[in-house]
Amino acid sequence: MKVLVSVKRAIDYNVRIQIKPDGSGVVENGVKHSMNPFDEIAVEQAMRWKEAGTAEEVVAVTIGPEAAKEQLRSALAFGCDRAIHVKTDEPVQPLTAARVFEAIAKKEDPKVFLMGKQAIDDDSNQTGQMTSALLEWPQATFASEIELDGDTAKVTREIDAGLETLDIDLPGVITADLRLNEPRYLKLPDIMKAKKKPIEDTSLDELGVERAAMLETVKTTAPPQRESGEMVESVDALVSKLKEKGLL
Amino acid sequence: MSNKILIVADYLNGELNQSTARAVTCAQQMTPTAIDVLVLCDDGANIAAQAAKLDGVTKVLQADNAANAHPMAATLTPQIVAAAQSGEYSHVLGPNTTYGKDLMPRVAAKLGVAMITDIMAVHSAHEFDRPIYAGNAVITVKAPEDQTLVASVRCASYPAAAEGGNAEIETLSLDAELPTHTRFVNLEQAKSDRPDLQTAPKVVSGGRGVGSEENFKVIYDFADKIGAGVGASRAAVDAGFVPNDMQVGQTGKIISPELYMCFGISGAIQHLAGIKDAGTIVAINKDPEAPIFEVADIGLVGDLFTIIPELDAAVS
Repeated sequence: MKVLVSVKRAIDYNVRIQIKPDGSGVVENGVKHSMNPFDEIAVEQAMRWKEAGTAEEVVAVTIGPEAAKEQLRSALAFGCDRAIHVKTDEPVQPLTAARVFEAIAKKEDPKVFLMGKQAIDDDSNQTGQMTSALLEWPQATFASEIELDGDTAKVTREIDAGLETLDIDLPGVITADLRLNEPRYLKLPDIMKAKKKPIEDTSLDELGVERAAMLETVKTTAPPQRESGEMVESVDALVSKLKEKGLL
Repeated sequence: MSNKILIVADYLNGELNQSTARAVTCAQQMTPTAIDVLVLCDDGANIAAQAAKLDGVTKVLQADNAANAHPMAATLTPQIVAAAQSGEYSHVLGPNTTYGKDLMPRVAAKLGVAMITDIMAVHSAHEFDRPIYAGNAVITVKAPEDQTLVASVRCASYPAAAEGGNAEIETLSLDAELPTHTRFVNLEQAKSDRPDLQTAPKVVSGGRGVGSEENFKVIYDFADKIGAGVGASRAAVDAGFVPNDMQVGQTGKIISPELYMCFGISGAIQHLAGIKDAGTIVAINKDPEAPIFEVADIGLVGDLFTIIPELDAAVS
């Protein structure tokens, strides 16, 4: 079985986001970037299949600038066999990303296309669903458990109402939620080994991808802040405050 | 240009989900000429009747199909696309529940259009605010006006539309070929008599500080006493104290109760993203330096296991 897994370069989740004073975006220069955490979970899942002998080949793919090679190298350090870098300096929104992934999936013909459920930069939560729609494949989003069974997969999904299980035909797109697994820590020898693994460069034009109409970002602002309130010293004081507000 | 809006109804167990009523409130701000609600179920009569009562709704479209017994994005999408095209809608909206998050991007891709996730403010029918970076920044985005706009509505940003309407219900037969590659197996639903976490006016929440699954009983008991829904932080879910559907935060549920009382929650950014729209936040924590106190309206430093019994006594 071949598995394709997408990874995105994003500002590290520990970084406190700074908004540019002119409202043109968030400060990205000189800020630590890493692999989108949900994509790490997707990569980890692919590795577990590889170690169990279920997956023969795992291919990582990213879309982004030259710097995104770092994240591909991380995916290779996890144990991916090779990587594809769709190089571009343009901003790529979900529908265009999905068209790229559609083109890659048609070329690579994987049995499972794993993705993170969303990227923690733009929080769109669209690309997996869009990719499967374009391919006319089944989708199983927000996966917390995946059981492969030949040409089908049983996927448990974390939804508002509880845990839903779907049975999908493969090939399909599966997006990883938080509790699918806990990604391993990368070890130095694996990082060194990853440097020798092949990364193929390509581009939107080489893949024949037509850019989708874009959403125009007018401005970026800070969210409305909640002001901190007051501290009370006792339960009685708390209860009387809440009663005053008509909340108890 | 006329703004004819189609809202895809979210529902569970034959009842309309309140998220749909919140999406209607959002749609009303887009200078609509019509707001129609689409109910895709196997037997949607009750859901359609509930949607018809919502203020602002022009028409309810009820399209029953046995394939919709368990709503799945793959089977719903062709039906929504058919309804959107035959009705010449300018906007197709869904709530940002897991149902809408799963479904709407598939609809957008099938229509070949961009999608806006999590509308939190409406500037015009094509210009909106949405959160990025877990709500740590907000972008104003403009969508192309020459194509259908598909979007999800951040429910916590809008109150539910009131029930005073009496819209027409039209039964619809949608001509769409449905895929069979996706099959429903089962839904493990947490059975609870408590108010639903996402719509409850009061929510009581516990974090890592609660300590164990057994200890969470004090949280449940106090919530029952004041008629509140129960939530938890990601730390409490990851530690196995409570099931995942109770998680409040960026990757869990984003809620906006009138009263949010949290016990033993330090207040990671991830969690705060889920409660920013709450009316009054009350934090009880042992650690006076806990970041939760920076956003709480009322804070009390102390041990939750001594404070909850006192609270119990005070509200009895």
